Amino acid sequence: MRKKGKSVTGKQQTAGWAFLAPASLLIFIMSFYPMVMAFITSLKTGSGVKLKWGDPLFINYIKNIPADKTFIRSMGNTFLYLIIEVPVMLILAIILAQILNNPDIRFKGIFRTMVFMPCAVSLVSYSLIFRSLFAREGLVNSVLSGMGLISENINWLGSTGTARAVIIIGLIWRWTGYNMVFYLAGLQNIDYQVYEAAKIDGANGWKTFWRITVPLLKPVIVMTAIMSINGTLQLFDESVNLTNGGPANTSITMSHYIWNEAFGQGVGHFGYASAMSFVIFIMVAILAAINLKVGDTRD
Amino acid sequence: MTERKSSAIQRRLIPSYIFLVIVSFFSVFPIFWMITAATNNTVDIARGKIWFGNQAVTNFKALLEAASSQGAGTSLGRFLGNSFIYAASQTILCIFLCSLAGYGFELYHDRYKDKLFGVLLMAMMVPQVATLIPLFTMMSKLGFLNTIPGFMLPAISTPFMIMMFRQNSRNFPVQIMEAARIDGESEWKIFFTMYMPIMRSTYAAAAVITFMNAWNAYMWPRAVMTKNSAQTMQILLTNLSNGYVIDYGLLMMAVLFCSAPTMIIFFVMQRQFAEGITGAVK
Repeated sequence: MRKKGKSVTGKQQTAGWAFLAPASLLIFIMSFYPMVMAFITSLKTGSGVKLKWGDPLFINYIKNIPADKTFIRSMGNTFLYLIIEVPVMLILAIILAQILNNPDIRFKGIFRTMVFMPCAVSLVSYSLIFRSLFAREGLVNSVLSGMGLISENINWLGSTGTARAVIIIGLIWRWTGYNMVFYLAGLQNIDYQVYEAAKIDGANGWKTFWRITVPLLKPVIVMTAIMSINGTLQLFDESVNLTNGGPANTSITMSHYIWNEAFGQGVGHFGYASAMSFVIFIMVAILAAINLKVGDTRD
Repeated sequence: MTERKSSAIQRRLIPSYIFLVIVSFFSVFPIFWMITAATNNTVDIARGKIWFGNQAVTNFKALLEAASSQGAGTSLGRFLGNSFIYAASQTILCIFLCSLAGYGFELYHDRYKDKLFGVLLMAMMVPQVATLIPLFTMMSKLGFLNTIPGFMLPAISTPFMIMMFRQNSRNFPVQIMEAARIDGESEWKIFFTMYMPIMRSTYAAAAVITFMNAWNAYMWPRAVMTKNSAQTMQILLTNLSNGYVIDYGLLMMAVLFCSAPTMIIFFVMQRQFAEGITGAVK
């Protein structure tokens, strides 16, 4: 049996490689190879078909990017969205999951469905819905002036601060329910009797939240945080469709600016755009390294 | 006694209910408003009307006309059809290839395959915008601009999906594989006749999430679909919102058409959708 098993194993190993080969090859061709090409292109300058090697080679990285005020601002915008949106959204999602995990809460399914519902619309769709709601003649202004809170309509998307705020509100709206699903799945692995025991010991809701829920959910919290940061660093659809980067590129994100430099009308700065996209890659890679580090400390 | 106790519990939960109601309201309201706005004209929308109107047919006709005037061979049906065909093709190929790979990585794993898997996971770090230009060049050299392969090739194999199938394959009963081998079944036959049917709930979750992602894809389709008649619903939405004067009734009707398929999937297959989102983390 053993001897026979060995030759079968050899055949099985070949079959195993055959199973995983197509998908693995595709990842090499569609992710790794383009990444190498993007790096090579990022060393070139000029536009369209007239790309030439940078002089010095790293000119895009050492001179052009640091001198590009719009890119620096797009980076600032992206980080601003990230710093405000991610914590607010994740805390909201954990609180919602904690409440919906309580067996005494009624109509759980209905509440969960409603909070989760924003995930059913595409990023472009919700961007346009929010753009309409926050239009100068939009519903938000109607409601606010109806309540007497504002005397004249606010041009939400026409001024920098409010345009950025609308993007953040939109992001929180779209992604809170998504993250809540992760926490609900995570909480299912925690025996609810832990909470009952804590209650008997006299711990209040606030205490159980910080002492039980948050520590037990830590791996899930780290993962959702990484995912959200990664997603926000690559923010594109909202910037394009909600504010169109405006006013005057003051709410634009990195990906949107890179797109404009590469595919905008009559631009075609493929080399420079590739260099900027590599900056995002480095940020995401640092993030992943932190992730591995945090994930390793099993406490 | 228990009745009084439970009502006391419910009373203590009142703040939780209030919180849930407020969050639920804000979650659902923009979607509800989008549906009502699709039945109103721009003037009523601007006045702040939030109930259903009688302009649905007018908005629909305006949408048909606006969609047809996007270029040669364009129509609302064309954009819907494109989105559907692209998303369906991507879904079928993606779940097939990634389930094969997840199966291979989990049930035939050895040192080398585990190493390769670790390498593949690094693709998660690759930002979409960075691969845009090289992939565009590649697709245009291959003649895949404006085609189904051009749409789906970069997305039919993802580390996330392979990982999802790999994780879920841990529940696959290995004993029946052994039994089948003793009966002389080939490895491929085991995959098709045993693995696929047993793993159908994983396939359902994977299909839902892949279809949603493909239907909602925006950046890559916008790059690879250079011809108007090859574009998708998402790109139509952007184009409709680019005019100087926006007809909000028409725009929300377009959003409704674009969201209806994903909303139906959401309501019918919510459990699979949630499983698909969290699928790779178990």
